[in-house]
Amino acid sequence: MKIAVCVKRVPDTETRIRIGGDGASIDEAGVKFIVNPYDEFAIEEALQRRDKAGGGEVVVVALGPDTAQETIRSALAMGADRGVLLKADRIPADALAVAKALAAELKDGGYDLVLCGKMAVDDYNHGVGPMVAELLGLPCVTAISKLELEGGKGVAEREIEGGVEVVEFALPAVLTAEKGLNTPRYPALKGIMAAKKKPVEIKPAALGEARMAVTSLGLPPDRKAGRIVGEGADAVPELVRLLRTEAKVL
Amino acid sequence: MANVLVVTEQRGGALRKTSHEVVWAARALADAMGGSVDALVLGATGVDAAGAKLGDVGADRVLVAEDASFDRYAPCGYAGTAAAVVTAGGYGAVLVAATAAGRDLAPRIAARLDAPLATDVTAVGFEGGKLTATRPVYAGKALQQVRFDAPLAVVSVRPNTFAPGKAAKAGAVSKVAAVAAARVVVREVKAAEQGKLDVAEASVVVSGGRGLKGPEHFALIENLAKALGGAAVGASRAVVDAGWRPHAEQVGQTGKTVSPQLYVAVGISGAIQHLAGMRTAKVIVAINKDKDAPIFQVADYGIVGDLFEIVPRLTDEIAKAKAG
Repeated sequence: MKIAVCVKRVPDTETRIRIGGDGASIDEAGVKFIVNPYDEFAIEEALQRRDKAGGGEVVVVALGPDTAQETIRSALAMGADRGVLLKADRIPADALAVAKALAAELKDGGYDLVLCGKMAVDDYNHGVGPMVAELLGLPCVTAISKLELEGGKGVAEREIEGGVEVVEFALPAVLTAEKGLNTPRYPALKGIMAAKKKPVEIKPAALGEARMAVTSLGLPPDRKAGRIVGEGADAVPELVRLLRTEAKVL
Repeated sequence: MANVLVVTEQRGGALRKTSHEVVWAARALADAMGGSVDALVLGATGVDAAGAKLGDVGADRVLVAEDASFDRYAPCGYAGTAAAVVTAGGYGAVLVAATAAGRDLAPRIAARLDAPLATDVTAVGFEGGKLTATRPVYAGKALQQVRFDAPLAVVSVRPNTFAPGKAAKAGAVSKVAAVAAARVVVREVKAAEQGKLDVAEASVVVSGGRGLKGPEHFALIENLAKALGGAAVGASRAVVDAGWRPHAEQVGQTGKTVSPQLYVAVGISGAIQHLAGMRTAKVIVAINKDKDAPIFQVADYGIVGDLFEIVPRLTDEIAKAKAG
């Protein structure tokens, strides 16, 4: 089974955001970067599917600057076979521009499955996976938390408000991963050593024209300082009174 | 002059609350753009009744696409129908709600129409002939302003952000062709527990964290939620990772971002990724034994102490207050 996984390098979720000098991006000084957490579910799923099929290849594709090679190496250390870096000075805010570059790379790859995270935790788009599917004319199920594949067909489950949708599709397909799909493995030392020798192809990203620009990035307004109503259960009546008469939310 | 198309969402033939919010958001945008608001309603035969009231929140026209396969969310059919309506002409923006279906649908429509997309926006505008939007990024740790350099853009609107008012527009209903297609088929929808609210859409959320010491104590959270009149139950990443609660309830950067009227955080210390997910709540109440917990820095009202004493008392007092 030949599987492509699209991954993105993002700031750690515990990062305290500072605005950069351009006023439109974050200050990356001292920021720890990680593999987008949702992409880790996609990588893990790809590895399990490859191994279950008794062979094949897991190809990790990332778009971004040279530093995105670290993200690819992390996936290779988990067990992916090779990587492709679509090099771009920066990742455009326009998800469709990114999706076009990924689709161009994946188009003639002969993949049975393309896996992505359901979204990146930095820009929160939820867009690239289904866009790639549309550009390639492939079936797509987003935010899946359960997957069954058999004989070229698949059934996936996705959480919706107040329930779960059970969705059928045929391969090849594009799927985006939600938390809960699996438990991503930690790379073993052996895997980390092996990853250094695995091939990573670097080529320029065939980005689409960016037609959505970030004009500014700011911090949200601080919340007005709150107060400690009191200590212990005796403070409850006063809290209820405040919620009723001051906050008016009861 | 450019019109705005809203792709609405129905369940069981009834429009969802978020669809009214998006039509209202579209109204203000269309007025700024000098255009009108068309609301697309997709469903099985008879779904036109669901769109009859959309004039009240600002729809000039209601376009109804009926197909047996549109009873449930049909990703390809909905996207194809919306794209066909837009291609017929006159539109400058397509708006959907950033729900589970809308997040799936918006990128598909954008790709089909070769239009840029902004997701989960909390404001839309029209400045100097260009569409603009505000969107929380890094789970709300920062706000991004974006500008579209295209004649058509697709935007998904965060639920609970726009409160619909009264617009008294015609909302004239007409039929449009349904483009049924099925690369993927929603075979079944397994419903969650009856009456269970989703944290992302609820107006009151009560969340529990590691301070509850074990999954069995979430009954305290559920009872408080019940006393508050059917609030949704949320959870911190720590308790979801520990397997105490399902991921659907997780609030924070790798869970859901919520903006309820009231958010009650019980036994949650307030990691950065959690605060990011709930800081836009109107009123935040925190109950925690550690007076230095970061959650108190964003809480409007806090009580320091043992949650096992405080929460039952709070549940009783709220039940009393609600009854009286």
